Amino acid sequence: MKMTNTKIALLVGLGLLAPLVIYPVFLMKVLCFALFACAFNLLLGFTGLLSFGHAAFLGTGGYVTGYLMINTGLTPELGILCGTLAAGVVGAVYGKLAVKREGIYFAMVTLALAQLLFFVYLQAPFTGGEDGLQGVPRGFLFGLIDLTDNTYLYYVVYAIFLFGFWLVYRTVHSPFGQILKAIRENEPRAISLGYNVSQYKWVAFVISAALAGLAGSTKTLVFQLASLNDVHWHLSGEVVLMTLLGGMGTIAGPLVGAGVVVTIQNYLSGGELGNYVSIIMGVIFIICVLLFRNGIVGELQRLIKRNFS
Amino acid sequence: MKAIKKTLLCTGIAAAMTVSAAQAAGISDDKVKIGVLADMGGVYADICGEGCVTAVQMAVEDFGGTVLGKPIEIVSADDQNKPDVGSSIVRKWIDNEQVDTVTGLVASSVTGAVAKVLTDSKKIALISTSASHAFTTKACSPYNVQWTYNVVALANGTVKPMVGAGKWRWFFITADYAFGHALESVATEVVNSNGGEVLGAVRAPLGTTDFSSYVLQAQSSGADVIALANAGTDFTNSLKTAAEFGLTQTADVAGLLVFTSNAQALDPEIAGGMKLTTGFYWDMDEQTREWSKRFKERHGAIPAMGQAGAYSMTMHYLKAVEAAGTDDSDTVIRKMKEMKPDDFFARNATLRNDGRMVHDMYQVRIKRADERANPDDIFAIENVISGEEAFGPMLAECDFK
Repeated sequence: MKMTNTKIALLVGLGLLAPLVIYPVFLMKVLCFALFACAFNLLLGFTGLLSFGHAAFLGTGGYVTGYLMINTGLTPELGILCGTLAAGVVGAVYGKLAVKREGIYFAMVTLALAQLLFFVYLQAPFTGGEDGLQGVPRGFLFGLIDLTDNTYLYYVVYAIFLFGFWLVYRTVHSPFGQILKAIRENEPRAISLGYNVSQYKWVAFVISAALAGLAGSTKTLVFQLASLNDVHWHLSGEVVLMTLLGGMGTIAGPLVGAGVVVTIQNYLSGGELGNYVSIIMGVIFIICVLLFRNGIVGELQRLIKRNFS
Repeated sequence: MKAIKKTLLCTGIAAAMTVSAAQAAGISDDKVKIGVLADMGGVYADICGEGCVTAVQMAVEDFGGTVLGKPIEIVSADDQNKPDVGSSIVRKWIDNEQVDTVTGLVASSVTGAVAKVLTDSKKIALISTSASHAFTTKACSPYNVQWTYNVVALANGTVKPMVGAGKWRWFFITADYAFGHALESVATEVVNSNGGEVLGAVRAPLGTTDFSSYVLQAQSSGADVIALANAGTDFTNSLKTAAEFGLTQTADVAGLLVFTSNAQALDPEIAGGMKLTTGFYWDMDEQTREWSKRFKERHGAIPAMGQAGAYSMTMHYLKAVEAAGTDDSDTVIRKMKEMKPDDFFARNATLRNDGRMVHDMYQVRIKRADERANPDDIFAIENVISGEEAFGPMLAECDFK
């Protein structure tokens, strides 16, 4: 599916007008998770690596941003930058260790490392343990724009999301992205063509981790809170669900998946079915895996292909 | 799209105008809306949860359903014990649903996050069940009101008399998270300042099921008192293990935070005789029995102290709104602190400027099987501690006038 300029302009415009109709904080939550899922999709969908510890990067970004903004009075853009860098550094270390293994072992290594970090954040005094970092100031963007206003903040978050989305899009559609796809499709062949596969995997891992950190930093700014839930393995599982549901290996899939999952969680948690959120999510996951394995966007693309070309 | 934008703009302006018009009349948005935020299905569901919603509903009904001629509405939500879930619900309540105050508030981590959001929007947090004393000390705010108890009162109520009775040497089994650490440090202070000695402490993760190694460490310490600085199922599990190892025979086991539902769930053979501190007990006198009977008819169980507290503080809030003639938070909170809370729950009570409601606390003993007349007959009240003694002095920097 080729994106034409009109289509892109239309979608971007839709995002600009959205806060007039929908509650901005909810939209920001969707955008943060969409960015997180996009980052994850770069690894799972385009490189074929299932990381089961991506929450560690989201959480690291969140904690670093939160801590710096509370204690040093950094401006939000610098806080987010530091959070993203920190997640990138953690990603670089974890990636180095994890790419040595493949398949289920890769997933287990990432999960183990993420649990390690979870325990550190649980015990380290600077994270506030179970309480998390509370009351993170939103501050003034570039020292000028007051982000306590939800509408202003929405546009900042939207810009960050577009940047992340564009970065993933560019990565996937670059020669580098082609090699990643080659690794996904047939790793031994990529090796035989002379590519240093683990180096490519590692770079993809670091980009993905940094983007997840960017999502976490932004989320901290939105909710003024960094908590243990951001590093919990539940969240690592949730991002897998978002990506699979939306359509793994499609550009727009994670965005759709994150939108669906966050919407379900938000609307169910307030109602009668509040206690059944995890069961409903589980059923959706099973249905998705059994009936439409390409995810929402993947199936739509197939339908369009079948009917119009 | 243009048309939609225009309509939205118009409604926006119209809404803004109604808000300013209503504020002049006293009640914003033509209603007083109370949010109840609690863990509805998790580990703390019994001690607040739906029961807190019922209690708040009862308060609204007993008040007459309207204040200053405007209806009182209630919304409730499940925070799942997650600070991010709780704070985003409350943000939505304030931004979109004109909620004036939030009560319930159980897990200290959620309460901390929510109280910050409420303070930022100048709304009152009516904290019914959280244990942490941070909300009226290091994280105090002019908009925080904490009603039922806190860790300081628990430590003063339970630890002090035991040290006074010659139990000098203490050992802690502590839940390994913020609440447990706070409880342990406050209790340690009380032990030390009264001439006792803390031999050591062992930290068990939240949700531990096998406490045997922790209990053995406690046993080998040779302490007079093993204090359980944990709550909920952690408390019941650790106590059961202590009983299995015979620890309850050789030393005193002190539960620092015990709710009626925990005590009810335990075998009286194990728990009988244990002393603890509570902010409320249903079977204290005629007044408490009358209210608790009504509560039980609706909810199906006797009220936990936080649920009784939620009723009492909602009532006090509504009375303050009526007396102030407005639901403007700054005016109402001043009125709440001026008026003396006085009902079946709040005895000899004042709401201090730091937001701490100081009232009588009770030292109770869990009854043995042969003392119990019925399944709800759990505690025997041994001693009443005055609020000043239990809660200690107010910090100067939290004295919001």
